[in-house]
Amino acid sequence: MSGTQTTYNDKVVRQFAVMTVIWGIVGMLVGVIAAAQLVWPDALNIGFLHFGRLRPLHTNAVIFAFGGCALFATSYWCVQRTGHTRLWGGPLIPFTFWGWQIVILLAAISLPLGFTTGKEYAELEWPIDILITLVWVSYGLVFFGTIAKRTVSHIYVANWFFGSMIIAVALLHLVNSAEVPVTWNALNPRSISAYAGVQDAMIQWWYGHNAVGFFLTAGFLGMMYYFVPKQAGRPVYSYRLSVVHFWALIFTYMWAGPHHLHYTALPDWTQSVGMIFSLILLAPSWGGMINGIMTLSGAWHKLRDDPILKFLITSLSFYGMSTFEGPMMSIKTVNALSHYTDWTVGHVHSGALGWVAMVSIGSIYYLLPRVFGKKEMYSTALVTTHFWVATIGTVLYIASTWISGVMQGLMWRAVNPDGTLAYSFVESVKGSRLFWEIRWLGGTLFLLGMVIMAYNMFKTMAGGNTKDAPVIAPAAHHA
Amino acid sequence: MSDFVNEFWNMYVIVIVLVSILACAILLLVQGKATFTPGKTMGHVWDETLEEYNNPMPKWWSWMFIITVVFALGYLVLFPGLGSFPGVLKWTSAKEHAKEVKEMDAVFNKTVGPYLTMDIPALAADKKAMEIGKRLFLTYCMQCHGANGSGAKGFPNLTNDDWQFGGTPEKIKETISQGRMGIMTAHDALGAETIKDLANYVRSLSSQSGVDTARVERGKEAFMNNDCVTCHTPEATGNQDLGAPNLTDNIWLYDSSEKTVIETITKGRQNKMPAWQDFLGDAKIHLLTAYVYSLSHHGAQ
Repeated sequence: MSGTQTTYNDKVVRQFAVMTVIWGIVGMLVGVIAAAQLVWPDALNIGFLHFGRLRPLHTNAVIFAFGGCALFATSYWCVQRTGHTRLWGGPLIPFTFWGWQIVILLAAISLPLGFTTGKEYAELEWPIDILITLVWVSYGLVFFGTIAKRTVSHIYVANWFFGSMIIAVALLHLVNSAEVPVTWNALNPRSISAYAGVQDAMIQWWYGHNAVGFFLTAGFLGMMYYFVPKQAGRPVYSYRLSVVHFWALIFTYMWAGPHHLHYTALPDWTQSVGMIFSLILLAPSWGGMINGIMTLSGAWHKLRDDPILKFLITSLSFYGMSTFEGPMMSIKTVNALSHYTDWTVGHVHSGALGWVAMVSIGSIYYLLPRVFGKKEMYSTALVTTHFWVATIGTVLYIASTWISGVMQGLMWRAVNPDGTLAYSFVESVKGSRLFWEIRWLGGTLFLLGMVIMAYNMFKTMAGGNTKDAPVIAPAAHHA
Repeated sequence: MSDFVNEFWNMYVIVIVLVSILACAILLLVQGKATFTPGKTMGHVWDETLEEYNNPMPKWWSWMFIITVVFALGYLVLFPGLGSFPGVLKWTSAKEHAKEVKEMDAVFNKTVGPYLTMDIPALAADKKAMEIGKRLFLTYCMQCHGANGSGAKGFPNLTNDDWQFGGTPEKIKETISQGRMGIMTAHDALGAETIKDLANYVRSLSSQSGVDTARVERGKEAFMNNDCVTCHTPEATGNQDLGAPNLTDNIWLYDSSEKTVIETITKGRQNKMPAWQDFLGDAKIHLLTAYVYSLSHHGAQ
């Protein structure tokens, strides 16, 4: 670059990083309220804000608001740093930020009012779907535009994962959200799915499982591939492993959806295909965990006093655990026990809290001081506190829902010697109560951790400078 | 049985599934043949410090990958998965379900066999049979009628010996097996004033508080001159053949407030007890009939 020194666009990273923390608190607070409603239904009967409306608000807020902002922040940071170039896209860049925030606000308004398509994780109605499409296409243009103008020849592995996530989520969103508006009144948006019957269910869970596979896995693996080796100061363990597990992961995930529809009207052959590809998915998933954890080999001592590494490595452990559990639960006979119970909820949260949230939190702690011109977070001790509070919260959450889930499954299938069911449904609800209290406590601890993070963040922001950092020239033999 | 509109889609599924599974294995095997230099990096550096080692993939991990691929292929031989090929075991989820139902029915029918010839009042007095009846009730009936059978708004109380459609053993059995449609037609055409008069009259029949005597008078006249009497009879004691409730007994399916009674008359009511014959079968219905009978015949228990 001649004369004038170019800089990275850190403004948009800063905006998304801060909103990750804010939306994390909002989304998890809604989750904690919903969890409390299960334990104290009468005391928390808050009219139209009942469980049925808060639950989608919670899932949308944590996945798309918290997780989404974390993905934008980290991918924009990573693609600039590893492309050794400033973000491409001009006005598209702020549009992705403000557009995404408007999507979140519209979700926060429309879901409590009862506007929903009834499709899990795709509840938002058609006007919001259109805005999501515009923002996401802009995101793709910015990301791949930046890749195109990179000044190094090789594309770093983290960007493969971010890129695949952007492409796959676009495809998933467009196909699953295809819907026919009942009226063109955007203020009273109601629509009917373009698909019917079991096909609708199949497309929904093709979407649903790949929302997990791409939005919540591939994207966060991208995060892992940048921030783990960065923070550990070690090379990625195996380039070849990253190649194989990347292609196997993105290819195999696309098949796994039918395991959400075991023992339903979906044809048996479709269920089987979903199940076997879910099992094949085990190795590709663990490839990411191995590559992350083994990156730390030779530097394990760093774990002792670096809470950011603690977050990152613990997240990989939870990732490995839930990606072992997932294939097991996809086996029909296991699923016959686990389906419709809290076990599913526990499985999701071991991924959501243990993996997605922890790797995001670790990465955002890495970013915050850097985007506010500081050397480190205001208080490293508070980061450590956050780590332990979040870990204990996660363990309480998943252990309690595992126990209640397996208990529910066993109670529902238990029969007396005379052939009648041993338990009525409500007895399984009664039996679950203690575990729902523990689950609520675990969620509350996790939320508390996010509040600590917000305090630490605002203290770090105070008096910080928000000057964009200069673009670093590629290493000599790359130029 | 085929889920495919024509043979093409059957072949399409078979080919794409097999090719995809094999593609996973080929990816692993081809990449595993790359030249590795353990402990050395690939020679690329990003963002000053990011590098990658050229380590081989862990052996145990590659084996785990291969095992899942082999398992997948084996599974497709045994179970349905390759299009309309049913698998060597000819397993289907429908068959598995039918088999389990048959087994459980056999166990149940063996247990309750002796009870099926007993008449309902005698069965209702059999402690052991009623324990089974209660468990059936808690599985199939409590969602609407409550754990103890006392009902809820819109769902009849089964413990008070007041019956919409009759409380004889035969009638109870008919209700459970065939279901019931409880229909009160809408009378909004009568106008708000007349309906309020009617509500006052109906509430006066069971001595509710707060009735307006002038309205009761007018309401009675309206009751007699309209089609109320067709179902509820001039005495307002109802007609079990039609499922028309007795209005004189202070037992309310919805509730006794003037507001609710006005709502009932104005908009009518649509109530439905589902038919259970196909789902439960004779044996379970016989026991449930006796159990429901026992709820309001405490002497029988």
